[in-house]
Amino acid sequence: MALRLADYKTDVHNDWCPGCGDFGIVNAIQMALAEMGVRRDKAAIFSGIGCSGKTSHYINTYGVHTLHGRVLTFAQGAKLANPEMTILAVGGDGDGLGIGAGHFVAAGRRNIDMTYVIFDNGVYGLTKGQASPTLKLGEKTKSLPSPNTNHSVNPIGLAVASGFTFVARGYSYDVRHLKYLLTQAVRHRGLSFLDVLQPCPTYNDINTRDWYAGKDLMKESLERHNRIYRLEDTKYDPTVNYDDQAENNRHLSQALTKSLEWGERIPTGVFYSNELTGPYSDRIRDKIPNYTENPPARQSIARADGTSNTNLEEILDSLEV
Amino acid sequence: METDLTWMMGGPQGSGVESGANIFSQVCAEAGYHIFGKREFYSNIKGEHSYFAVRVTDGVTHSSTSGADLLAAFDAETVFRHYDDVHGGGGGIIYNSEIERIGTERVHTLDGPFVERLHRRLDESGAERTVAGALQCARSRGVSLYPVPFKEILARLAERTGDPKLGGFVRLYNTIAVTLSLRLLGMPAAPLRNSVAKIFAKKPAVSDINVQAATLAYDALDTYADAASTQAARRLRGPGQREPHTILVQGYQGTALGKMAAGCRFQAYYPITPASDESVYMETHEIIDVIDDRPGSTAVIQTEDEICAIGMTIGSVLTGTRSATCTSGPGFSLMNESLGWAGINEVPIVITDYQRSGPATGLPTRHGQDDLLSVVFAGHGEFPRIVYASGSVEESFYDTGRCFNYAEEFQVPLIHMMDKFLANTVQTCRRFDPQRVEIRRGRLLGEAAAVSDRTAGEAAGAAGDGHDGGSGEEEASPAYHRFAFTEDGISPRAKLGMDDFIFWNTGDESDETGHITEDPILRTRMMEKRMSRLDLILDRMPAGEQALEVISGQAHDHDDDDDDDEGDDRTGGARPITAITWGSATGPARDAVEMLRRQDGIRARLIQVKLLHPFPTRRVAELLQSDGREDRIVVDIESNYSGQLGTLLAQNMGLRVDHYILKYSGRGMTCTEIHDTLKKIADGTAEKREVLMYGA
Repeated sequence: MALRLADYKTDVHNDWCPGCGDFGIVNAIQMALAEMGVRRDKAAIFSGIGCSGKTSHYINTYGVHTLHGRVLTFAQGAKLANPEMTILAVGGDGDGLGIGAGHFVAAGRRNIDMTYVIFDNGVYGLTKGQASPTLKLGEKTKSLPSPNTNHSVNPIGLAVASGFTFVARGYSYDVRHLKYLLTQAVRHRGLSFLDVLQPCPTYNDINTRDWYAGKDLMKESLERHNRIYRLEDTKYDPTVNYDDQAENNRHLSQALTKSLEWGERIPTGVFYSNELTGPYSDRIRDKIPNYTENPPARQSIARADGTSNTNLEEILDSLEV
Repeated sequence: METDLTWMMGGPQGSGVESGANIFSQVCAEAGYHIFGKREFYSNIKGEHSYFAVRVTDGVTHSSTSGADLLAAFDAETVFRHYDDVHGGGGGIIYNSEIERIGTERVHTLDGPFVERLHRRLDESGAERTVAGALQCARSRGVSLYPVPFKEILARLAERTGDPKLGGFVRLYNTIAVTLSLRLLGMPAAPLRNSVAKIFAKKPAVSDINVQAATLAYDALDTYADAASTQAARRLRGPGQREPHTILVQGYQGTALGKMAAGCRFQAYYPITPASDESVYMETHEIIDVIDDRPGSTAVIQTEDEICAIGMTIGSVLTGTRSATCTSGPGFSLMNESLGWAGINEVPIVITDYQRSGPATGLPTRHGQDDLLSVVFAGHGEFPRIVYASGSVEESFYDTGRCFNYAEEFQVPLIHMMDKFLANTVQTCRRFDPQRVEIRRGRLLGEAAAVSDRTAGEAAGAAGDGHDGGSGEEEASPAYHRFAFTEDGISPRAKLGMDDFIFWNTGDESDETGHITEDPILRTRMMEKRMSRLDLILDRMPAGEQALEVISGQAHDHDDDDDDDEGDDRTGGARPITAITWGSATGPARDAVEMLRRQDGIRARLIQVKLLHPFPTRRVAELLQSDGREDRIVVDIESNYSGQLGTLLAQNMGLRVDHYILKYSGRGMTCTEIHDTLKKIADGTAEKREVLMYGA
């Protein structure tokens, strides 16, 4: 039976603020899963803490709402033990780039085949709007007592530098594009990162929907100067096409440079894509040849009589005196 | 026991003390002796002093003694650190005679407080502050000295092999020292050569040189040492015949092999002493031979920190994989928040905690049992957990299997307490028997019917929806609720990826489906559902697995115990001693209580608590009272400052122990020092709190 969009929705009451950018992201995830026909019981959404953390409760697949900053750790463990699962990790920018930044970098180095989506809004919404890692230095959102004293982190640049092999940015009010990026991210063989610009209508009064739409840039003409544009509408080519250090370095540098673009023009789309660097499972398979067919979650561990089926005789022989 | 001898060898870290001790242990074990070896080392890669003490006996022992009968020293520091350890009247020191003139000022790794104590001792004896001075002190106490010029042995090796470079190859000093020791103890040369070859099997060239060095050193003793004194030296006498199926194991191999046997197929860890050896060993043996099935494997993942290690472990357990992490105190501290998540989500992770001395970095390579209360109370909020402690390496193999069963049957996180003492023990024990490891997975859905399920059996019908671990194939259940209320509070547990058993987890309070709730009534019921697990554990876990009487107070209760009931005669109406302990203190406590009974005829027994949380109040009370004596003296023995088991006894049972025997120097307890203290307690001359100090 074909799965419909409605199959991916739960009837859990959604308590996000009206107009929240999170709605677009959860819709895009559901649409992407439906479009790809991912079976509900073969998908798991892992989420962090904060408003975005509730995402896993609104999607009708396995859902694991973890701890602040730790979503990648839980998600990677599940994927390693059961590689059949389609795993999406989601969380806010404070979750992934503040308290969880160490895991972000380490996950990049591993390149496990799964997808990580950051709901990027520059504030800690659920704790009433403190500055989060992507808020620019000197900006003062409405509940800050004084302007932000920290430089912002560059999520795209950090992902590229950490080893993520698919790095993209979406915008939560462009749901179709977001869905398109999500399907690409999920299909990518390796760790994909999707930075989603997601206005917080309650606490971020700077990077608002109108701001992204460029309303403030209206000067003489009445035409809006939309800040958001798509990389695919330009000549930008994110894909590493052949397995060569120089080719890869060119694309990494290009992505890093592009990630610095911010202000009146904000790029969305795929910054970097490299399937020539194999995922972590390839590296496990080098050591454990039947890992894919017989991963940890599939292994039998007991005999019919309920005792261990592990044969330790050879090791124990070597220990015998 | 006819033979009970302790051999000690020291040297700078990186000089092969450990491999030397392994050769020594191997040779003695193959000759049929029991081995109990312990390693002490600094937090350092190269240069600081490390040493190994190996106790060789012709009966089973469970601990080290204080002091040494034979010390092998190829560097000056070993003499300075240990000359006083060697027993007078029969003890001996084999040493490299070239070091005699070295003064304390030339040994830069001797640290300030130690040098001060050393100088005081040497000055008081009127000895000079040199190796020769220290040796003179030992000799005056009746210790025999066996000086051998190690360089001359190397020179002969260079001559024989035609390789002049070997003349300065001091890497061979360990093999030479071990060989001289074994020769002095009267061991034959052939097994020594075999053992050397076995230890260096992976490096044939190294093996060959070591075998040649050993051969030369073996004969060198007669050349250099005084014949009369070597004749008079203590010899190993004894069984000459080894018991079948004896293995020589390193401490961490107990839990590592236990995990493999238990079906643990995922382990995430962050490097930390003394825990990482276990994970590295598991990775070395990552491909698992499975009876009647294709090969299995353990995914051993090194993570960026312990927070990731526990997170990954939880993620893996959610897929139904038996999974664990292994750490020490500092790493465990980082895991606390996630431990609570596993608690509220009823995820049966296993954490193996190889304790060391804290707090903070503490003594990173030294022993301690000071994390008990931290582990029992770890994490904010209230959630059920099991804290289980093993008392020996052999026990740890079987306990590891049980730990996975308990975790899954009761759906709680479990912390298996080990420590540095156990991790760095090398000992002989009976070959582990994986056939004795049962796999019980509780109410895990989708397991083969054959997998037995003790909890499901006892709570027949409790699950309500019929989805217990024994049902084999489950029907699609749109109404599956991961946290369904059941009669006994344990819900059927699905795994990620199962058809039609979708569930949600959250670190928030949740309803039966796993979605967030803040409803006060539901919250109360959920708390009660989870916390009722504690009573269930105490009800269902066999009493003998909760706590046991390791040595009972009864006469004639153990092997070759002919004269035991003399005890009462000799002590008259003296109050009997009940020692109570946990974890690695059990071994030395056990030997000490035996000594007290045999040598001093004092009525004494030993209780070991294995389940430390939930605390087995009923079982421990039964054991305590089983001697029928109201006047018993209860002595708590453990390696920490405050007597943490004593705190649990007071908290759970209102029991105030009469005496504490504690140690927090970072060194393991010896049976000798516990025995001495128990005697003082029996004499009525002990303080309430006795602190042990033995060990360099």
